[in-house]
Parts: sequence; C-alpha cells; structure tokens
Amino acid sequence: MADIAFLLLIFFLVATTMDVDTGISRLLPPMPEKDQKTQTDVKERNVLVVLINRDDQLMVEGEISDLRQLKEKTIEFFSNPNNDPDLPQKKLEEVDFPPGASSQFPDGKANLYISQGVVSLQNDRSTTYGKYLKVQDVLVAAVSDLRNQFAMDYFGRKYDDMDAKNPVDEQIMEGIRNVYKMNISEAEPKNIGGTN
Amino acid sequence: MGKFRTKSKKGVQAINTASLPDIVFMLLFFFMVTTVMRETTIQVKVTLPEAKEVKKIEKKSIVSYVYIGQPISTLQSLYGSEPMIQLNDKLINEEGIPSEPVKDFVLAEREKLDEADKNKMTISLRIDKNIKMGKVTDLKQALRMANALKINYSAKKDYNTEVY
Repeated sequence: MADIAFLLLIFFLVATTMDVDTGISRLLPPMPEKDQKTQTDVKERNVLVVLINRDDQLMVEGEISDLRQLKEKTIEFFSNPNNDPDLPQKKLEEVDFPPGASSQFPDGKANLYISQGVVSLQNDRSTTYGKYLKVQDVLVAAVSDLRNQFAMDYFGRKYDDMDAKNPVDEQIMEGIRNVYKMNISEAEPKNIGGTN
Repeated sequence: MGKFRTKSKKGVQAINTASLPDIVFMLLFFFMVTTVMRETTIQVKVTLPEAKEVKKIEKKSIVSYVYIGQPISTLQSLYGSEPMIQLNDKLINEEGIPSEPVKDFVLAEREKLDEADKNKMTISLRIDKNIKMGKVTDLKQALRMANALKINYSAKKDYNTEVY
C-alpha cells in the first residue's frame, strides 16, 4: 500500500507546477474605426518620446540614454516640480479620496495639479522583446515611485503597502492612480500593409 | 561469566515506521489536490524576460495563454527555427498579421468563460526575451483586431538589486 502511495506521490510531485504567473499588465488601445481620423493634437511639451532602435539602444527626447536616465527623466517628466515650460502642463482637477483618510483632505475632496504628460514609446521591428519589456518595466517603476512618494506625503504609507482588497485602501489607491496616471502611448506600427 | 551481557551485539534500535504510510498519504493528497495539469504542451522555447515591477495574476481562470518562441528542437525539422506563435496546440506560420487564427482563438477562449467574466478576459503573452518585436507587434495588432485588449506581458520577478 505504502509503495503505491509512494509511487503516486512521486508522480504528483513531478507533475505539479508551482509557478505563479507574474507579469506586467497593459491595456491595448482599440482599433481605430476605418473612417476615423485619429489625429489628436498633443502639445510637444506634453510628450516624452522614447525610442528603441534595432540595436536595442535607447533614445529619450533626442538623447541617447540608459535605463537609469530613462527613469530619472520619466519621474521629472511626470512630476515637473519647478513648472518648467518645457515639461508637461498641469491641470487643476478634483480627485476623490475617502473622507478622513488623510489629514490634508478632511472631506475627501482634493484639488490637485495633475500632469497632462504622455510617454510615447516607439520601437523598431528588430528590437528584442527583452529590451522592450525592460523599458516598460522602467516606466512602470518610475510611475510607481511617484505614487509611493505621493502616498507617503499624504497618507503616511507607501502605495505598494496598501491593500487592494480593503475597500478604503482601494479607494485611496484609485485616487492616487488618478493623480499619477500611467499614460503610455505606443505608436501605430508604421510598416503595416493596409489594415485588415 | 555469562552474567554480563555484551551491549554491542544489539546494535541501534530500528525506527518505528508504522506512521510512514500516513505521512506519505497526507503528502499524496496534498499534491493531488493542488496539482493543475497543463492542458497544452508547449511547442516553442520560451525564456521569459525579467522585470522588477511584476504583479501576480489574481484570477487564473480568465487568463488565456499565447506563446512566441523558436519551435522546440524536435519540431525544428518540421517548422524550421524561425520564431512562431503558439495558440493552444497550433503553431502559426504566417507572414504579417495573423488576424484570422488569433480571432478564432480569442472567440473560442471567450466562449469558455462565464458571461460576467467575458469582458475581463486577459491574454497572457509568454514571449521569449530574444524574439524580435516585429512578431510581437503583429500579434498585438491581431489581438486589437479581435478586440482582446487586456494583455499581460509575462515576466519573471527580477531579484537583482541593481537599481535604475
């Protein structure tokens, strides 16, 4: 009996995959309608152009950069601490937080200057996927740093330490996501031989 | 002088193994219950890239998988060594945007889900890190055409402490 049990045990031990699935989530933009002109004018100061060429080199706003510089520039781009006229505009918007969650916003209504910046990411068809994902990762890391900083300043703890399953925390997190939006726009592939 | 027994003859007492089957059974049931069998065999080689900001996928039931990589060595005589897209059990060997097979795949996968989960369907892209982006862009375009917009770039957690 124990022998059979052992055999089965070994089988299940080998067959079991314990890997947890992890990754970076993204939402693709919907396909543009056929007759729709997708020309939206975005001011140049509101766009951070990130290019990756076929040799996996990175260019940020016309300068060759490495991943560390990309992160610094992205953080500076989204926060624009000195209201530099070359960096994105900020618009006064009202953001809802749960009342009483922060001493700064006792009634939950916060009027904040929110960046209008968009990161434009373009890559070559010969860029490797590994590099592309690294760049995506750095962009996420930069926004996540800003969110953590904001959460620390106003709620006394990091965004990452909040519990998405707790309804109050969830509301706070949603508010913070509205303050620092993950605005990444990927260019339509250029060498696409006629849609459909 | 037989009054003194020599202790050395007895040796070490055997361990009582009566409880061993119980332990083995317990482990067996644990693994039986937790095991999830893979439905599809992966026919392409995928070395996932690493990233720091990865998040766990919470609900696995709404996730469908797409793989891109070189065919495994036993299939290379059949398909060659160019990277290919795998949807379920099919390898796709199309130039340009694989819109038709992807659309069929997305519809079939969406059909499996509950009504409430249909618009939450996530496509997990398990792509080899050395694949050129051209193939990935084609797949993304095909997914957009099939209106499967929630995607997840599968990556391993990077424990490297180097910061950037």
